[in-house]
Amino acid sequence: MNALSQTTSGTKAVKAAVLLIFALLLFAPFLFQDVRALEVAARVCVFIVLVASYDLLIGYTGIVSFAHTMFFGFGAYGAAISLKQMGPGWDAVVVGALAGMGVSLIVAVAIGLLSLRVKAIFFAMITLATASVALVLASQLSDFTGGEDGITYRAPALFKTATKLMLDENGKVLRVFGVKINGKLAAYYFVFFSCLALFVVMLRMVGSPLGTVLKAIRENEARAEAIGYRVVSYRTFVFCIAALVASLAGTIYAIWLKYTGPDTALSFAIMIDILLMVVIGGMGTMWGAVIGATMLVLAQYYLRDLMGAAAKATVDIPILPHVLDPDRWLFWLGIIFILLVYFFPKGIAGTVMAKGAPR
Amino acid sequence: MQQINDFAGRLGGVYLLPVVVAALAFVMIGAPSSWVTLTVAGLAMGMMIFLMASGLSLVFGLMDVLNFGHSAFVSFGAFIAASVLAWLSGWLEADAVSLNIAALFLAFGAAILFGLVAGWFFETVIVKPVYKDHLRQILITMGALIVAEQMILAIWGGTPVSVPRPEFLEGSLLIGDITIEIYRIFAFLLGLGVYAALYLTLNRTRIGLLIRAGVENREMVEALGFRVDRLFVAVFMLGSALAALGGAMWAGYETLITPALGAEMMIVVFIVVIIGGLGSIQGTLLGAIMVGLMANYIGYLAPKLALASNMILMVAILLWRPNGLKPAVK
Repeated sequence: MNALSQTTSGTKAVKAAVLLIFALLLFAPFLFQDVRALEVAARVCVFIVLVASYDLLIGYTGIVSFAHTMFFGFGAYGAAISLKQMGPGWDAVVVGALAGMGVSLIVAVAIGLLSLRVKAIFFAMITLATASVALVLASQLSDFTGGEDGITYRAPALFKTATKLMLDENGKVLRVFGVKINGKLAAYYFVFFSCLALFVVMLRMVGSPLGTVLKAIRENEARAEAIGYRVVSYRTFVFCIAALVASLAGTIYAIWLKYTGPDTALSFAIMIDILLMVVIGGMGTMWGAVIGATMLVLAQYYLRDLMGAAAKATVDIPILPHVLDPDRWLFWLGIIFILLVYFFPKGIAGTVMAKGAPR
Repeated sequence: MQQINDFAGRLGGVYLLPVVVAALAFVMIGAPSSWVTLTVAGLAMGMMIFLMASGLSLVFGLMDVLNFGHSAFVSFGAFIAASVLAWLSGWLEADAVSLNIAALFLAFGAAILFGLVAGWFFETVIVKPVYKDHLRQILITMGALIVAEQMILAIWGGTPVSVPRPEFLEGSLLIGDITIEIYRIFAFLLGLGVYAALYLTLNRTRIGLLIRAGVENREMVEALGFRVDRLFVAVFMLGSALAALGGAMWAGYETLITPALGAEMMIVVFIVVIIGGLGSIQGTLLGAIMVGLMANYIGYLAPKLALASNMILMVAILLWRPNGLKPAVK
């Protein structure tokens, strides 16, 4: 853990990588001028926040929760339902975000008080059960949540593609470096800056004395208790904070996507994605969340295409196309995940940061 | 209040819970014939869930290892049994009951064999390196679950697979105006048989004594010179085989299975283990029967609530007894 506080060559490398990702995301609309790339960039932003908030639990406090997508979903469905019912407006966004956060907070407190006293494993099982109930409820209460189909709605007028933010002398949309300054751009920067703000808040939190207490609880619960910290209160608190951040991330993603359904906001697949991201990136470092989320989202969008192409190219060779089939990609990811947990439990960021550290 | 508690304790304590639930349901349902049908269905479902959950609970009790990949054995068992049954469909349609039974037992045998082998592999390759490290245990077994689910998708595809049932288990029994599916009786009896075998093994044999001692205090048993780790491999294999058998039974019960089966059952199995208390066979049986009965009663009385019924049951029981109904001494 000493590696975190010291500036090693590895730490510098990780920070440089994070800075690069930050710069790429900041200028994404200008660097990658196609719709899909912008989609990927926005997803990266949202998932960085989601994974970082999960890292608060798993990496900093040592709590394993499987209900993180549930909170993400609460936020997303809150925004979706209010935008659908109240029409596209900022009041709807605020109401939705607050409603999502409120529900998340209540559920998080209930789960926390009920089960954070018991063993980590018990907690993991209970969150898993709760999350599955939430998923089933969302698909069953179809009058309210749109069921399996989800909800489609309109975002506030500012974020419409047709909205012209700046005009050139001919009255057309102003182009900067060939990029239209329209509502889509505004929506992207809304996502980017809200995610940045949330990330900075979390970064500040883990750097504060609170973060140190959390690490102490992770390392030795009994000793932390003996020194006089109320372990259950701290755990419940950080669980609630993580839930609130996840809920806000859900709201942001719902506004960006203009669609919310079980697949985008609640499904267990997202939980697995978050787990993979946090473990691949590195638990217990906020930087790891950035690296893990970026790599995995990029892989999801582009590696699958690559695998498909490779499968086509090797169609004549026996087994190989079957192995490279894009449908098999989660299989390989699962294997990589297991190997990482065995051999590099600190993930990419943790392993790189340990480089150059005095032993 | 104290007197009531003592009285209930003498009658059987928490073991009375399913009886109380059944009696309450009898009053609320009103019609005796539907009550019997529902109760039998609940008991049968409970027994199958018990098969799936018992291994998980024992493994946790003995070695403090919680296997999140446990449901992979359930789904593999279901799919393997389905494939064997489909392969032997000629025997199933035959008139001779002996051929029917042979096919059924071959299918179950294949599932159990797979459970044993896969359990051994899982224990030695996946779980052994991460003993005593809960966080990595959860992560690794979760990863193994992902891989196993993908393997099922790769082998059997994503479409639902229909499971043929042997002739002699088809149809239902008519007693007065009560109808009972024969398969449910079969499932209940098989579950009961497995429970009895487990109970006797644990309470009447030397191995069982060692297992129980290991659950209670592992270090002490090791200090006395017994190889608890070998014992643990055996328990793990047995638990996996039981899960596979439970999956195979479930496949015959549902008659149409999808790769999502494992994930669905995992939640139920966890809830059962939590309700029952980790590490005890009796608790698991109790939890499984409670879940089975509640699912059927509530499904009949208030279908809208059915989905949340397990959750409500779990919360209620955890508020009452935070360690489950009948936890192993720890």
